[in-house]
Amino acid sequence: MKALQNLFDKLKPNFEKGGKWEKFYTLYEGHRTIAFAPDLTTKAKGAQIKDAVDLKRVMITVVIAMIPALLFGILNVGYQHFLAVGEEATFVDKALFGAMAVLPTLIVSYAVGLLTEFTFCVIRNHPISEGYLVSGMLIALVMPPFIPLWQVALATIFAVVIGKEVFGGTGMNILNVAMTARAFLYFAYPAQISGDQVWTYLSDATAVDGFSGATALSVAYNAGVEGTQTAVEALNAHNASIGGDFSFMNMFMGWIPGSIGETSTLMALVGAVILIGTGVASWKIIVSGFAGAYIMGAILNLLAVNEYMALPPQYHWVMGGMAFGLVFMATDPVSAAQTETGKWIYGMLIGVLTVIIRVTNPAYPEGIMLAVLFMNVFAPLIDYYVVKANKTRRLQRATV
Amino acid sequence: MSKIVKLKKGFDIKLVGKANQELADFAPAQTFAIKPTDFVGLQRPKVLVNEGDTVKAGTPIMFDKAMDQVIYASPVSGEVVEIKRGEKRKLLEIKILADQTISHEDLGKADVASLDRDALAAKIAGSGIWPNIIQRPYGVVANPTDIPKAIFVSGFDTNPLAADYGFTLKGEDKYFQAGIDALAKLTSGKVHLNLDGASTPPAVFANVKNAEINKFSGPHPAGNVGIQIHHLDPINKGEIAWTVNPYGVVQIGKLLLEGIYDASKIIAITGSEVTKAAYVKTFSGACVSTFTKGNLNSGHVRVVSGNVLSGEKISLDGFVGFYHNQITVIPEGDYEEFLGWLKPTTTKLSFSKALGIFSFLHKGEFKVDTNTHGEERPFVVSGVFEKVLPMDILPTYLFKAIVSEDFDEMEELGLYEIIEEDVALCEFVDPSKNDLQELVRNGIELLMYS
Repeated sequence: MKALQNLFDKLKPNFEKGGKWEKFYTLYEGHRTIAFAPDLTTKAKGAQIKDAVDLKRVMITVVIAMIPALLFGILNVGYQHFLAVGEEATFVDKALFGAMAVLPTLIVSYAVGLLTEFTFCVIRNHPISEGYLVSGMLIALVMPPFIPLWQVALATIFAVVIGKEVFGGTGMNILNVAMTARAFLYFAYPAQISGDQVWTYLSDATAVDGFSGATALSVAYNAGVEGTQTAVEALNAHNASIGGDFSFMNMFMGWIPGSIGETSTLMALVGAVILIGTGVASWKIIVSGFAGAYIMGAILNLLAVNEYMALPPQYHWVMGGMAFGLVFMATDPVSAAQTETGKWIYGMLIGVLTVIIRVTNPAYPEGIMLAVLFMNVFAPLIDYYVVKANKTRRLQRATV
Repeated sequence: MSKIVKLKKGFDIKLVGKANQELADFAPAQTFAIKPTDFVGLQRPKVLVNEGDTVKAGTPIMFDKAMDQVIYASPVSGEVVEIKRGEKRKLLEIKILADQTISHEDLGKADVASLDRDALAAKIAGSGIWPNIIQRPYGVVANPTDIPKAIFVSGFDTNPLAADYGFTLKGEDKYFQAGIDALAKLTSGKVHLNLDGASTPPAVFANVKNAEINKFSGPHPAGNVGIQIHHLDPINKGEIAWTVNPYGVVQIGKLLLEGIYDASKIIAITGSEVTKAAYVKTFSGACVSTFTKGNLNSGHVRVVSGNVLSGEKISLDGFVGFYHNQITVIPEGDYEEFLGWLKPTTTKLSFSKALGIFSFLHKGEFKVDTNTHGEERPFVVSGVFEKVLPMDILPTYLFKAIVSEDFDEMEELGLYEIIEEDVALCEFVDPSKNDLQELVRNGIELLMYS
């Protein structure tokens, strides 16, 4: 390690003021602090000791919480492929096939995102923040498995620049960066991110008879439109002949088509356990989000004028990206509500809105993306009223 | 009505190096200093002595031209050896070389009952003891002409390695009571004495009369007087309350009963880097060199006057601050650690349980150095400060209001209720490593002076 330290020390003069690469000091400093926790000490006045946790630890904890979803996503991409083409495949085959689909997306997301981030840090001369560790992983996980890589790159640049850097970088953004990337693709290139054809990659093979590439959400939606069978029946019947039905259990486990990381409710919950156990994410948002979805589902049950509205509310938990979005997206501390009371309201409304968008809006089969973005915009408003209540309490105290 | 308040939020920092309950036989400190920088709100100090003058304990040394009735007096008798000034002739230290035996100025005994309020205030203000009385809001030396709505004394200290008043004030019962009686006369309201609800109160506080006794329990900062005020009788705009530390109360008692300024203090020598962690009897403003000489486990240390949360770094031959009754010696943390942000650890202290930080599995006390464990960042994580500040205050919003210098917001969000020490834990736990105590002081100065 001494050698690496010496190397950094040797390079240092080049990056300092007057050195030939002084503009790139932030890159030097960023890399050095990744290799070595810095030798900074506390100031003469104030807290003389500091907590062992820093933003790097916080962010890497979130990344670790996403790894189960990533690994399952890789496996599921392979599983869906072999299911569609009707071939028997071993675990290794599925994993390898999935890895070939997922890893390039992941690499592009990180490479392009970090490059954009570094460019901004150099131009603005501010330290490299660790926020993109999380965003880079999230962007990959919310993409369809075989999305063109140039679209991933474009969406990443858009999200980092417009979603984050124009507001001043990590900690200042209004919208969740990864959701911004996905929303960008959704509206700019809808053909590659929506419909029935993009979730399962067939390669050169042809699909077996009876295969449909539809997602659970569109199956449920169509059941509502057609009204010939209940939504649950439609889900259970989907691809049943080839063993890929949308039973509650299959959807909970995640053996369904969808974006890379979003399909498995189970893996999202594993992530939730890590995030809540380490105290990194707010359990209030996650719990109230699930509660909001359930309540809205139950209300729709009461009103039910079509079969989709009659879908048992717990199905909303396991379909689409509800769990993934609530656990990893809604809890992004920067774009979420920041007051503790606000977090309850914020999470609850995300759940409610997601179900409303899913069930009532024909254009957007998945509601979580827009619900999160919408509530990102409204989070400051929620906080405003919570803060105002706090001020009022203080003022009232003065008069008594 | 006495109150019993149970607090849940907060964090007890358990460090290696708690002082044993014994008086150590360190060589007595030779020099003592008055540091104008200790007194928050001191604006234009004017020195009354010259180098070479001989003084007694209680001889006026300086005063503040902005509040000239408050005298800052010599803690010991001896010779003024140095008046140290810094840039722009800023007054830094007035050093006094102490006599072998301390002689006191005769300030005259007094009976609290026979003095009127203003005469009593003037007597304390002229004695050198007054700076122990702190005004809230702002946490500055109180103005004797103000009449506070209440006076608060915290009878326990929950800071890391804090001195135990049960030991340091043993046998001072009589003086403490006399001090409380005097304080009761200074306020239009009550004197609150707040004690630890989790243990039996030390003898010195057990039978105190003429004060409201409240019990607080819970983790640090339950012992901080600011937190206690918030739960007993919070400070609103335009109101003034005073706080006094127990040493100050005892000193007021001694002034009235004995007619002297007795600045003697038992202070705790603590921290992982002292070989012998114990108490030592000395005077306010003592030079620490004799307490640390030959008493250190390693060479590369930081000596802190006060506790590690809100204290101040001093040199190996520096002086204990006026308000401090402990020094803490911890290792300096100016080293790089390979993948320090990623490595699993059980030995690093943390409020959080983020990746690999298994400090909650660590049994017993921690040895913590001064490393920041990361660089400064914008506020990203939310909800952490709220877990360590047991007040109905939204810390993140308050901090942001200060950063943006929004006066209305600062007022409305409760800046009148806090001073640095109340947010010290916030500063400790902040993953973004911001200097929140400094920020709060800047905010208070904005409110005070503009």
